[in-house]
Amino acid sequence: MGQTISEKIISNHVGRKVYAGELVISDVDGAMASDTTGPLTIKAFHEMGGKKVFDPDKCALIIDHAAPSPNERIANLHKMMRDFAKEQGMRLFEIGEGICHQVMVENAYVKPGDIFIGADSHTPTYGALNAFACGVGSTDLAATMMTGKIWLKVPQTIQINCSGKLQEGVTAKDLILFLVGKVTVSGATYQAIEFTGEAFEGLSLASRMTIANMSSEMGAKTGIVHPKGLKLDYGFDAITPDEDADYIKTFDFDVSGLEPQVSAPESPDNVHNISNYEGTKINYAFIGTCCNGRLEDLDIAAEILKGKKIHPDVRMVIAPASQSVLLDAIGNGSMATLIEAGASLITSGCGPCVGTHQGVPADGEVVISAANRNFRGRMGNPNSNIYLGAPSTVAASALAGCITNPKKYLL
Amino acid sequence: MNEVQTTIKANAHVYGDHIDTDRIIPGKYTKTLDLSTLADHVLEDLDPNFNKIVRQGDVLVAGINFGCGSSREQAPLALKQAGVSVVIAKDFARIFFRNAINIGLPVLEIIDHKIQKGAELHIDLETGIVEDLSAKVTYTATKLPAIMITILNEGGLVNYLAKYGNYSLEV
Repeated sequence: MGQTISEKIISNHVGRKVYAGELVISDVDGAMASDTTGPLTIKAFHEMGGKKVFDPDKCALIIDHAAPSPNERIANLHKMMRDFAKEQGMRLFEIGEGICHQVMVENAYVKPGDIFIGADSHTPTYGALNAFACGVGSTDLAATMMTGKIWLKVPQTIQINCSGKLQEGVTAKDLILFLVGKVTVSGATYQAIEFTGEAFEGLSLASRMTIANMSSEMGAKTGIVHPKGLKLDYGFDAITPDEDADYIKTFDFDVSGLEPQVSAPESPDNVHNISNYEGTKINYAFIGTCCNGRLEDLDIAAEILKGKKIHPDVRMVIAPASQSVLLDAIGNGSMATLIEAGASLITSGCGPCVGTHQGVPADGEVVISAANRNFRGRMGNPNSNIYLGAPSTVAASALAGCITNPKKYLL
Repeated sequence: MNEVQTTIKANAHVYGDHIDTDRIIPGKYTKTLDLSTLADHVLEDLDPNFNKIVRQGDVLVAGINFGCGSSREQAPLALKQAGVSVVIAKDFARIFFRNAINIGLPVLEIIDHKIQKGAELHIDLETGIVEDLSAKVTYTATKLPAIMITILNEGGLVNYLAKYGNYSLEV
Protein backbone atom coordinates (compact mmCIF):
# COMPACT_ATOMS: atom_id res chain seq x y z
CA MET A 1 0.00 0.00 0.00
CA GLY A 2 1.32 3.42 -0.92
CA GLN A 3 2.58 5.90 1.63
CA THR A 4 2.39 9.64 2.13
CA ILE A 5 5.54 11.69 2.83
CA SER A 6 4.83 11.66 6.58
CA GLU A 7 4.26 7.89 6.61
CA LYS A 8 7.56 7.37 4.77
CA ILE A 9 9.59 9.62 7.07
CA ILE A 10 8.17 8.01 10.20
CA SER A 11 8.64 4.51 8.73
CA ASN A 12 12.31 5.32 8.07
CA HIS A 13 12.71 6.26 11.73
CA VAL A 14 10.94 3.31 13.32
CA GLY A 15 12.39 0.68 11.01
CA ARG A 16 9.11 -0.72 9.67
CA LYS A 17 6.35 0.40 7.37
CA VAL A 18 3.76 2.35 9.30
CA TYR A 19 0.52 3.95 8.22
CA ALA A 20 -1.91 6.56 9.52
CA GLY A 21 -3.46 5.74 12.86
CA GLU A 22 -0.59 3.69 14.29
CA LEU A 23 0.99 4.76 17.56
CA VAL A 24 4.77 4.81 17.43
CA ILE A 25 7.72 5.80 19.56
CA SER A 26 10.22 7.33 17.18
CA ASP A 27 13.79 8.56 17.39
CA VAL A 28 14.10 12.26 16.61
CA ASP A 29 16.85 14.08 14.72
CA GLY A 30 16.61 17.36 16.57
CA ALA A 31 14.86 19.29 19.34
CA MET A 32 14.68 22.92 20.32
CA ALA A 33 12.92 25.29 22.70
CA SER A 34 12.56 29.08 22.80
CA ASP A 35 12.48 31.45 25.74
CA THR A 36 8.70 31.06 25.99
CA THR A 37 8.93 27.30 26.36
CA GLY A 38 12.57 26.68 27.40
CA PRO A 39 12.39 27.56 31.09
CA LEU A 40 9.45 25.19 31.71
CA THR A 41 11.30 22.59 29.60
CA ILE A 42 14.38 22.84 31.82
CA LYS A 43 12.25 22.62 34.97
CA ALA A 44 10.43 19.53 33.66
CA PHE A 45 13.73 17.98 32.45
CA HIS A 46 15.16 18.12 35.96
CA GLU A 47 11.92 16.96 37.59
CA MET A 48 11.64 13.90 35.34
CA GLY A 49 15.15 12.84 36.28
CA GLY A 50 17.01 14.20 33.25
CA LYS A 51 20.78 14.44 33.64
CA LYS A 52 22.13 14.81 30.09
CA VAL A 53 20.30 15.69 26.90
CA PHE A 54 20.30 12.79 24.42
CA ASP A 55 22.73 14.53 22.05
CA PRO A 56 23.94 18.09 22.67
CA ASP A 57 24.65 18.56 18.95
CA LYS A 58 21.00 17.86 18.14
CA CYS A 59 19.47 20.06 20.85
CA ALA A 60 19.31 23.84 20.94
CA LEU A 61 17.84 26.69 22.93
CA ILE A 62 16.97 29.99 21.29
CA ILE A 63 16.31 33.34 22.97
CA ASP A 64 13.97 35.01 20.50
CA HIS A 65 10.50 35.64 21.91
CA ALA A 66 11.47 38.38 24.38
CA ALA A 67 14.93 39.36 23.24
CA PRO A 68 16.67 41.40 24.58
CA SER A 69 15.00 40.85 27.92
CA PRO A 70 12.42 43.56 28.70
CA ASN A 71 12.49 43.11 32.49
CA GLU A 72 14.34 41.37 35.32
CA ARG A 73 11.92 38.43 35.48
CA ILE A 74 12.59 37.49 31.86
CA ALA A 75 16.31 38.29 32.25
CA ASN A 76 16.47 35.62 34.94
CA LEU A 77 14.67 33.08 32.75
CA HIS A 78 17.18 33.82 29.97
CA LYS A 79 20.03 33.25 32.44
CA MET A 80 18.48 29.91 33.38
CA MET A 81 18.58 28.93 29.69
CA ARG A 82 22.19 30.08 29.23
CA ASP A 83 23.27 28.16 32.33
CA PHE A 84 21.50 25.01 31.18
CA ALA A 85 22.95 25.18 27.66
CA LYS A 86 26.47 25.62 29.05
CA GLU A 87 26.05 22.78 31.52
CA GLN A 88 24.75 20.48 28.74
CA GLY A 89 27.29 21.54 26.12
CA MET A 90 24.53 22.46 23.70
CA ARG A 91 24.24 25.60 21.65
CA LEU A 92 22.25 28.56 22.84
CA PHE A 93 21.34 31.06 20.15
CA GLU A 94 21.66 34.47 21.77
CA ILE A 95 19.46 37.53 21.52
CA GLY A 96 19.55 38.86 17.99
CA GLU A 97 20.80 35.68 16.35
CA GLY A 98 17.29 35.13 15.12
CA ILE A 99 13.97 33.36 15.36
CA CYS A 100 14.19 29.72 16.41
CA HIS A 101 12.82 28.33 13.13
CA GLN A 102 15.04 30.49 10.99
CA VAL A 103 18.23 29.62 12.85
CA MET A 104 17.38 25.89 12.94
CA VAL A 105 17.18 25.91 9.13
CA GLU A 106 20.17 28.23 8.57
CA ASN A 107 22.37 26.15 10.86
CA ALA A 108 21.21 22.81 9.44
CA TYR A 109 19.78 21.48 12.70
CA VAL A 110 17.05 20.09 10.46
CA LYS A 111 17.43 18.45 7.05
CA PRO A 112 15.21 16.70 4.51
CA GLY A 113 13.78 13.44 5.83
CA ASP A 114 14.30 14.36 9.48
CA ILE A 115 11.86 14.17 12.36
CA PHE A 116 12.26 17.36 14.35
CA ILE A 117 10.42 18.29 17.54
CA GLY A 118 10.22 21.92 18.61
CA ALA A 119 8.60 23.55 21.60
CA ASP A 120 6.92 26.13 19.42
CA SER A 121 3.73 25.78 17.45
CA HIS A 122 5.32 26.99 14.22
CA THR A 123 7.79 24.10 14.11
CA PRO A 124 6.00 22.72 11.00
CA THR A 125 7.93 25.46 9.15
CA TYR A 126 10.61 22.82 8.46
CA GLY A 127 8.16 21.03 6.22
CA ALA A 128 9.62 23.41 3.64
CA LEU A 129 12.72 21.20 3.83
CA ASN A 130 10.82 17.94 3.24
CA ALA A 131 11.08 17.16 6.97
CA PHE A 132 8.44 15.93 9.42
CA ALA A 133 8.39 18.62 12.10
CA CYS A 134 5.95 18.95 14.99
CA GLY A 135 5.32 21.55 17.63
CA VAL A 136 4.93 20.38 21.21
CA GLY A 137 4.80 21.96 24.66
CA SER A 138 7.54 22.20 27.24
CA THR A 139 7.09 18.87 29.03
CA ASP A 140 6.97 16.88 25.78
CA LEU A 141 10.14 18.68 24.69
CA ALA A 142 11.87 17.93 28.00
CA ALA A 143 11.04 14.26 27.51
CA THR A 144 12.43 14.37 23.96
CA MET A 145 15.63 16.08 25.10
CA MET A 146 16.04 13.40 27.77
CA THR A 147 15.16 10.32 25.70
CA GLY A 148 15.81 11.39 22.09
CA LYS A 149 12.32 10.10 21.33
CA ILE A 150 8.73 11.19 20.87
CA TRP A 151 5.52 9.21 20.94
CA LEU A 152 3.12 10.05 18.19
CA LYS A 153 0.19 8.83 16.22
CA VAL A 154 1.05 8.56 12.53
CA PRO A 155 -1.19 11.27 11.09
CA GLN A 156 -3.65 11.02 8.26
CA THR A 157 -2.65 13.35 5.43
CA ILE A 158 -4.61 16.05 3.64
CA GLN A 159 -3.33 16.79 0.14
CA ILE A 160 -3.56 20.38 -1.03
CA ASN A 161 -2.96 20.53 -4.75
CA CYS A 162 -2.53 23.99 -6.30
CA SER A 163 -2.32 24.23 -10.05
CA GLY A 164 -1.37 27.34 -11.98
CA LYS A 165 1.37 29.88 -11.36
CA LEU A 166 0.93 32.84 -9.03
CA GLN A 167 0.54 36.16 -10.80
CA GLU A 168 3.21 38.83 -10.61
CA GLY A 169 2.79 40.70 -7.31
CA VAL A 170 1.10 37.74 -5.60
CA THR A 171 3.31 35.89 -3.12
CA ALA A 172 3.52 32.68 -1.13
CA LYS A 173 1.92 34.51 1.81
CA ASP A 174 -1.14 35.33 -0.25
CA LEU A 175 -1.33 31.68 -1.29
CA ILE A 176 -1.10 30.31 2.24
CA LEU A 177 -3.57 32.88 3.60
CA PHE A 178 -5.99 31.80 0.87
CA LEU A 179 -5.49 28.16 1.84
CA VAL A 180 -5.95 28.84 5.58
CA GLY A 181 -9.21 30.59 4.68
CA LYS A 182 -10.38 27.55 2.73
CA VAL A 183 -9.20 24.82 5.10
CA THR A 184 -10.04 26.85 8.28
CA VAL A 185 -8.23 27.00 11.63
CA SER A 186 -9.39 23.55 12.62
CA GLY A 187 -9.57 21.93 9.20
CA ALA A 188 -6.38 19.90 9.56
CA THR A 189 -6.35 19.18 13.31
CA TYR A 190 -4.22 16.11 14.15
CA GLN A 191 -3.44 15.69 10.46
CA ALA A 192 -0.46 16.23 8.17
CA ILE A 193 -0.72 18.41 5.09
CA GLU A 194 1.11 17.81 1.80
CA PHE A 195 1.34 20.89 -0.40
CA THR A 196 1.74 19.81 -3.98
CA GLY A 197 1.33 21.14 -7.50
CA GLU A 198 2.74 23.66 -9.92
CA ALA A 199 2.15 26.68 -7.67
CA PHE A 200 4.67 25.39 -5.12
CA GLU A 201 7.29 24.06 -7.52
CA GLY A 202 8.86 27.40 -8.38
CA LEU A 203 8.93 28.68 -4.79
CA SER A 204 12.18 29.54 -3.01
CA LEU A 205 13.08 27.86 0.28
CA ALA A 206 12.02 31.08 2.06
CA SER A 207 8.60 31.03 0.39
CA ARG A 208 8.21 27.33 1.14
CA MET A 209 8.89 28.15 4.80
CA THR A 210 6.08 30.74 4.69
CA ILE A 211 3.74 28.04 3.31
CA ALA A 212 4.70 25.29 5.78
CA ASN A 213 4.74 27.78 8.67
CA MET A 214 1.01 28.43 8.48
CA SER A 215 0.12 24.72 8.53
CA SER A 216 -0.08 25.48 12.20
CA GLU A 217 -2.93 27.93 11.51
CA MET A 218 -4.94 25.01 10.11
CA GLY A 219 -4.33 22.93 13.24
CA ALA A 220 -2.02 20.50 11.42
CA LYS A 221 0.54 18.30 13.15
CA THR A 222 2.91 19.00 10.29
CA GLY A 223 2.81 20.48 6.79
CA ILE A 224 5.23 19.30 4.14
CA VAL A 225 5.84 20.97 0.80
CA HIS A 226 6.44 18.47 -2.01
CA PRO A 227 10.19 18.60 -2.66
CA LYS A 228 9.85 19.04 -6.41
CA GLY A 229 11.79 22.21 -7.23
CA LEU A 230 13.38 22.46 -3.77
CA LYS A 231 16.91 23.83 -4.04
CA LEU A 232 19.34 23.51 -1.15
CA ASP A 233 23.07 24.15 -1.04
CA TYR A 234 23.72 20.53 -0.09
CA GLY A 235 22.67 17.25 -1.65
CA PHE A 236 19.68 15.36 -0.27
CA ASP A 237 17.42 12.43 -1.01
CA ALA A 238 13.94 13.80 -1.59
CA ILE A 239 11.08 11.93 0.00
CA THR A 240 8.04 11.90 -2.25
CA PRO A 241 4.64 10.30 -1.76
CA ASP A 242 3.71 7.08 -3.55
CA GLU A 243 1.20 7.48 -6.34
CA ASP A 244 -1.26 5.27 -4.50
CA ALA A 245 -0.76 6.98 -1.13
CA ASP A 246 -3.95 7.26 0.88
CA TYR A 247 -5.18 10.79 1.60
CA ILE A 248 -8.06 11.50 3.92
CA LYS A 249 -8.99 14.51 1.84
CA THR A 250 -7.72 16.28 -1.27
CA PHE A 251 -8.22 19.94 -2.07
CA ASP A 252 -7.69 21.16 -5.64
CA PHE A 253 -7.31 24.84 -6.39
CA ASP A 254 -6.32 26.70 -9.52
CA VAL A 255 -4.47 29.67 -8.07
CA SER A 256 -3.46 31.36 -11.33
CA GLY A 257 -6.05 34.09 -10.76
CA LEU A 258 -5.37 34.58 -7.04
CA GLU A 259 -5.35 38.18 -5.81
CA PRO A 260 -3.45 39.43 -2.73
CA GLN A 261 -5.18 38.18 0.39
CA VAL A 262 -5.83 39.69 3.82
CA SER A 263 -6.80 37.94 7.04
CA ALA A 264 -9.04 40.18 9.11
CA PRO A 265 -9.45 40.17 12.90
CA GLU A 266 -9.57 38.03 14.83
CA SER A 267 -8.77 34.65 13.38
CA PRO A 268 -6.21 33.70 10.75
CA ASP A 269 -8.87 31.97 8.66
CA ASN A 270 -10.95 35.12 8.28
CA VAL A 271 -9.37 35.57 4.84
CA HIS A 272 -10.68 37.63 1.94
CA ASN A 273 -9.47 39.24 -1.25
CA ILE A 274 -7.65 42.45 -0.42
CA SER A 275 -10.31 44.46 -2.27
CA ASN A 276 -12.68 43.81 0.67
CA TYR A 277 -10.43 45.80 2.99
CA GLU A 278 -8.74 48.35 0.74
CA GLY A 279 -8.94 51.79 2.32
CA THR A 280 -9.04 50.53 5.94
CA LYS A 281 -6.91 53.03 7.86
CA ILE A 282 -3.88 51.61 9.65
CA ASN A 283 -1.68 52.95 12.44
CA TYR A 284 1.08 50.41 12.50
CA ALA A 285 2.83 48.19 9.95
CA PHE A 286 5.00 45.23 10.93
CA ILE A 287 7.27 43.02 8.82
CA GLY A 288 9.05 40.12 10.45
CA THR A 289 8.37 36.76 12.17
CA CYS A 290 9.00 33.11 11.32
CA CYS A 291 6.37 33.52 8.63
CA ASN A 292 7.74 36.51 6.71
CA GLY A 293 10.95 38.01 8.10
CA ARG A 294 13.34 36.67 5.47
CA LEU A 295 15.44 38.43 2.85
CA GLU A 296 12.90 38.10 0.02
CA ASP A 297 10.30 39.65 2.32
CA LEU A 298 12.49 42.65 3.16
CA ASP A 299 13.49 42.96 -0.50
CA ILE A 300 9.92 43.19 -1.79
CA ALA A 301 9.07 45.76 0.90
CA ALA A 302 12.16 47.76 -0.10
CA GLU A 303 11.17 47.58 -3.75
CA ILE A 304 7.83 49.20 -2.87
CA LEU A 305 9.27 51.80 -0.49
CA LYS A 306 12.39 52.76 -2.45
CA GLY A 307 12.82 56.53 -2.55
CA LYS A 308 9.51 57.08 -0.72
CA LYS A 309 8.36 57.87 2.82
CA ILE A 310 5.76 55.90 4.74
CA HIS A 311 2.51 57.72 5.56
CA PRO A 312 2.94 60.27 8.39
CA ASP A 313 0.20 58.62 10.50
CA VAL A 314 1.84 55.19 10.28
CA ARG A 315 4.78 53.72 12.18
CA MET A 316 6.61 50.77 10.75
CA VAL A 317 8.62 48.10 12.54
CA ILE A 318 11.02 45.65 10.87
CA ALA A 319 12.34 42.59 12.71
CA PRO A 320 14.56 40.45 10.45
CA ALA A 321 14.16 36.71 11.00
CA SER A 322 17.86 36.36 11.77
CA GLN A 323 21.18 38.12 12.00
CA SER A 324 22.12 36.49 8.71
CA VAL A 325 18.99 37.92 7.05
CA LEU A 326 19.81 41.33 8.55
CA LEU A 327 23.36 41.24 7.21
CA ASP A 328 22.14 40.22 3.76
CA ALA A 329 19.58 43.04 3.78
CA ILE A 330 22.30 45.48 4.77
CA GLY A 331 24.54 44.06 2.06
CA ASN A 332 22.03 44.44 -0.77
CA GLY A 333 20.77 47.85 0.35
CA SER A 334 17.22 46.82 1.27
CA MET A 335 17.70 47.68 4.93
CA ALA A 336 18.89 51.20 4.18
CA THR A 337 15.92 51.67 1.83
CA LEU A 338 13.48 50.60 4.52
CA ILE A 339 15.04 52.81 7.18
CA GLU A 340 15.20 55.80 4.82
CA ALA A 341 11.50 55.27 4.13
CA GLY A 342 10.83 55.65 7.86
CA ALA A 343 10.85 52.09 9.19
CA SER A 344 12.25 51.29 12.63
CA LEU A 345 14.66 48.34 12.79
CA ILE A 346 14.48 46.17 15.91
CA THR A 347 16.40 43.12 17.10
CA SER A 348 16.20 40.03 14.91
CA GLY A 349 13.71 37.76 16.67
CA CYS A 350 9.98 37.44 17.18
CA GLY A 351 9.59 41.17 17.85
CA PRO A 352 6.07 42.41 18.61
CA CYS A 353 4.31 39.32 17.19
CA VAL A 354 3.84 37.71 20.62
CA GLY A 355 2.77 40.86 22.48
CA THR A 356 5.60 40.77 24.96
CA HIS A 357 7.67 43.78 23.96
CA GLN A 358 9.01 45.95 21.13
CA GLY A 359 5.83 47.52 19.83
CA VAL A 360 2.50 46.87 21.54
CA PRO A 361 -0.39 48.62 19.72
CA ALA A 362 -2.59 51.14 21.56
CA ASP A 363 -6.34 50.87 22.19
CA GLY A 364 -8.35 51.12 18.99
CA GLU A 365 -5.30 50.92 16.75
CA VAL A 366 -5.17 48.91 13.56
CA VAL A 367 -2.11 46.87 12.63
CA ILE A 368 -1.20 45.40 9.25
CA SER A 369 1.25 42.61 9.94
CA ALA A 370 3.23 40.06 7.95
CA ALA A 371 2.90 37.61 10.88
CA ASN A 372 0.75 34.49 11.06
CA ARG A 373 -1.69 35.16 13.91
CA ASN A 374 -4.25 37.86 14.59
CA PHE A 375 -6.06 36.44 17.60
CA ARG A 376 -7.50 39.01 19.99
CA GLY A 377 -4.74 40.33 22.21
CA ARG A 378 -2.02 38.60 20.21
CA MET A 379 0.23 41.68 20.04
CA GLY A 380 -0.31 42.54 23.69
CA ASN A 381 -3.46 44.67 23.55
CA PRO A 382 -6.92 43.08 23.32
CA ASN A 383 -8.32 46.45 22.24
CA SER A 384 -6.34 46.58 18.99
CA ASN A 385 -7.08 44.89 15.67
CA ILE A 386 -4.60 42.96 13.56
CA TYR A 387 -4.86 42.32 9.83
CA LEU A 388 -2.46 39.81 8.26
CA GLY A 389 -1.02 40.17 4.79
CA ALA A 390 2.04 39.63 2.65
CA PRO A 391 5.13 41.80 3.28
CA SER A 392 4.28 43.52 -0.02
CA THR A 393 0.82 44.38 1.30
CA VAL A 394 2.29 45.64 4.58
CA ALA A 395 4.74 47.90 2.73
CA ALA A 396 2.12 49.24 0.31
CA SER A 397 -0.26 49.90 3.21
CA ALA A 398 2.44 51.68 5.24
CA LEU A 399 3.01 53.94 2.27
CA ALA A 400 -0.66 54.75 1.69
CA GLY A 401 -1.80 54.82 5.35
CA CYS A 402 -4.51 52.29 4.65
CA ILE A 403 -4.76 48.69 3.48
CA THR A 404 -3.57 48.80 -0.11
CA ASN A 405 -3.13 46.29 -2.92
CA PRO A 406 0.65 46.08 -3.50
CA LYS A 407 0.25 45.14 -7.16
CA LYS A 408 0.02 48.76 -8.22
CA TYR A 409 3.51 49.38 -6.83
CA LEU A 410 5.01 46.18 -8.21
CA LEU A 411 3.75 45.91 -11.77
CA MET B 1 1.18 7.16 42.26
CA ASN B 2 -2.30 8.06 41.08
CA GLU B 3 -2.68 11.80 41.58
CA VAL B 4 -5.77 12.12 39.46
CA GLN B 5 -9.13 12.07 41.16
CA THR B 6 -11.26 9.72 39.11
CA THR B 7 -14.77 10.96 39.83
CA ILE B 8 -15.63 14.61 39.92
CA LYS B 9 -18.87 16.43 40.63
CA ALA B 10 -18.63 20.05 39.62
CA ASN B 11 -20.16 23.05 37.90
CA ALA B 12 -19.59 23.89 34.25
CA HIS B 13 -18.22 27.16 32.89
CA VAL B 14 -19.20 27.13 29.23
CA TYR B 15 -17.52 29.01 26.37
CA GLY B 16 -17.60 28.80 22.58
CA ASP B 17 -15.55 27.53 19.66
CA HIS B 18 -11.90 28.18 18.75
CA ILE B 19 -10.75 29.50 22.14
CA ASP B 20 -7.10 30.16 21.28
CA THR B 21 -4.17 30.07 23.68
CA ASP B 22 -3.81 33.87 23.52
CA ARG B 23 -7.27 34.04 25.11
CA ILE B 24 -6.44 31.33 27.63
CA ILE B 25 -3.27 33.09 28.74
CA PRO B 26 -1.97 36.15 26.84
CA GLY B 27 1.63 35.87 25.59
CA LYS B 28 2.76 38.78 27.76
CA TYR B 29 2.16 36.73 30.94
CA THR B 30 3.72 33.47 29.77
CA LYS B 31 7.36 34.23 30.55
CA THR B 32 7.30 33.05 34.15
CA LEU B 33 7.68 29.93 36.26
CA ASP B 34 5.26 31.37 38.83
CA LEU B 35 2.02 29.49 38.30
CA SER B 36 -0.04 31.91 40.38
CA THR B 37 0.75 34.70 37.89
CA LEU B 38 -0.68 32.49 35.16
CA ALA B 39 -3.82 31.78 37.18
CA ASP B 40 -4.31 35.51 37.87
CA HIS B 41 -4.66 36.20 34.15
CA VAL B 42 -6.32 33.04 32.92
CA LEU B 43 -8.95 33.67 30.20
CA GLU B 44 -8.81 37.42 30.91
CA ASP B 45 -9.30 38.49 27.28
CA LEU B 46 -12.26 36.10 26.96
CA ASP B 47 -14.01 36.57 30.30
CA PRO B 48 -12.40 39.04 32.70
CA ASN B 49 -14.54 37.61 35.54
CA PHE B 50 -13.43 34.03 35.12
CA ASN B 51 -10.70 34.02 37.73
CA LYS B 52 -13.11 35.55 40.27
CA ILE B 53 -15.90 33.06 39.74
CA VAL B 54 -13.96 29.84 39.17
CA ARG B 55 -13.93 27.49 42.16
CA GLN B 56 -11.52 24.66 42.85
CA GLY B 57 -12.71 21.58 40.98
CA ASP B 58 -14.89 23.39 38.43
CA VAL B 59 -15.10 22.14 34.87
CA LEU B 60 -14.37 24.22 31.79
CA VAL B 61 -16.56 23.37 28.81
CA ALA B 62 -15.98 24.60 25.26
CA GLY B 63 -16.86 23.99 21.63
CA ILE B 64 -14.56 22.95 18.81
CA ASN B 65 -10.79 23.48 18.47
CA PHE B 66 -10.18 24.45 22.10
CA GLY B 67 -6.61 25.63 22.70
CA CYS B 68 -5.64 26.43 19.13
CA GLY B 69 -2.61 28.62 18.46
CA SER B 70 0.58 28.64 20.46
CA SER B 71 2.35 25.62 21.97
CA ARG B 72 2.49 27.37 25.35
CA GLU B 73 2.04 24.80 28.10
CA GLN B 74 1.26 27.81 30.27
CA ALA B 75 -2.31 27.57 28.90
CA PRO B 76 -3.30 24.28 30.59
CA LEU B 77 -1.08 25.19 33.57
CA ALA B 78 -3.03 28.44 34.05
CA LEU B 79 -6.36 26.59 33.94
CA LYS B 80 -5.19 23.89 36.33
CA GLN B 81 -3.68 26.40 38.75
CA ALA B 82 -6.92 28.44 38.70
CA GLY B 83 -8.78 25.36 39.92
CA VAL B 84 -10.13 23.79 36.75
CA SER B 85 -10.28 20.04 37.28
CA VAL B 86 -11.29 18.89 33.79
CA VAL B 87 -11.70 20.51 30.38
CA ILE B 88 -14.49 19.16 28.16
CA ALA B 89 -14.63 20.30 24.54
CA LYS B 90 -16.18 19.15 21.28
CA ASP B 91 -12.59 18.77 20.14
CA PHE B 92 -9.15 20.13 20.96
CA ALA B 93 -6.17 21.61 19.16
CA ARG B 94 -3.49 18.92 19.24
CA ILE B 95 -0.67 20.65 21.14
CA PHE B 96 -3.02 21.86 23.86
CA PHE B 97 -4.42 18.33 24.15
CA ARG B 98 -0.96 16.79 24.64
CA ASN B 99 0.13 19.55 26.98
CA ALA B 100 -2.92 19.13 29.21
CA ILE B 101 -2.36 15.37 29.55
CA ASN B 102 1.37 15.95 30.10
CA ILE B 103 0.74 18.25 33.07
CA GLY B 104 -1.99 16.00 34.46
CA LEU B 105 -5.04 18.06 33.50
CA PRO B 106 -7.72 15.66 32.24
CA VAL B 107 -9.29 16.62 28.91
CA LEU B 108 -12.39 14.97 27.52
CA GLU B 109 -13.49 15.17 23.91
CA ILE B 110 -17.28 14.96 23.54
CA ILE B 111 -18.12 15.85 19.97
CA ASP B 112 -21.87 16.30 20.40
CA HIS B 113 -22.18 17.76 23.90
CA LYS B 114 -24.81 20.40 24.62
CA ILE B 115 -23.69 21.24 28.15
CA GLN B 116 -25.05 24.59 29.34
CA LYS B 117 -23.52 27.17 31.66
CA GLY B 118 -23.88 26.26 35.31
CA ALA B 119 -24.71 22.62 34.57
CA GLU B 120 -23.88 20.21 37.33
CA LEU B 121 -21.72 17.41 35.99
CA HIS B 122 -20.66 14.06 37.31
CA ILE B 123 -17.53 12.87 35.57
CA ASP B 124 -15.94 9.44 35.71
CA LEU B 125 -12.46 9.77 34.29
CA GLU B 126 -11.86 6.03 34.26
CA THR B 127 -14.74 5.39 31.86
CA GLY B 128 -14.99 8.83 30.25
CA ILE B 129 -18.69 8.94 31.13
CA VAL B 130 -20.03 12.43 31.83
CA GLU B 131 -23.49 12.82 33.34
CA ASP B 132 -25.07 16.20 32.86
CA LEU B 133 -27.24 16.13 36.02
CA SER B 134 -28.95 19.39 35.08
CA ALA B 135 -30.08 18.30 31.61
CA LYS B 136 -30.29 14.61 32.54
CA VAL B 137 -28.11 13.55 29.61
CA THR B 138 -25.18 11.14 29.64
CA TYR B 139 -22.20 11.45 27.29
CA THR B 140 -19.22 9.21 26.63
CA ALA B 141 -15.93 10.93 25.80
CA THR B 142 -13.63 9.74 23.00
CA LYS B 143 -11.24 7.14 24.37
CA LEU B 144 -7.66 8.31 24.85
CA PRO B 145 -4.74 6.36 23.35
CA ALA B 146 -3.40 3.89 25.93
CA ILE B 147 -0.12 5.78 26.41
CA MET B 148 -2.05 8.94 27.29
CA ILE B 149 -4.13 7.07 29.85
CA THR B 150 -0.93 5.81 31.46
CA ILE B 151 0.61 9.31 31.46
CA LEU B 152 -2.57 10.79 32.94
CA ASN B 153 -2.83 8.06 35.56
CA GLU B 154 0.72 8.86 36.66
CA GLY B 155 -0.29 12.50 37.08
CA GLY B 156 1.55 13.68 33.98
CA LEU B 157 4.60 13.09 31.83
CA VAL B 158 7.12 14.23 34.47
CA ASN B 159 5.96 11.50 36.84
CA TYR B 160 5.70 8.99 34.00
CA LEU B 161 9.31 9.48 32.94
CA ALA B 162 10.56 9.73 36.51
CA LYS B 163 9.00 6.29 37.02
CA TYR B 164 9.70 4.49 33.72
CA GLY B 165 12.81 6.38 32.53
CA ASN B 166 11.71 6.18 28.89
CA TYR B 167 8.64 5.91 26.70
CA SER B 168 6.98 2.58 26.25
CA LEU B 169 3.86 1.47 24.44
CA GLU B 170 3.81 -1.63 26.64
CA VAL B 171 2.91 -0.12 30.02
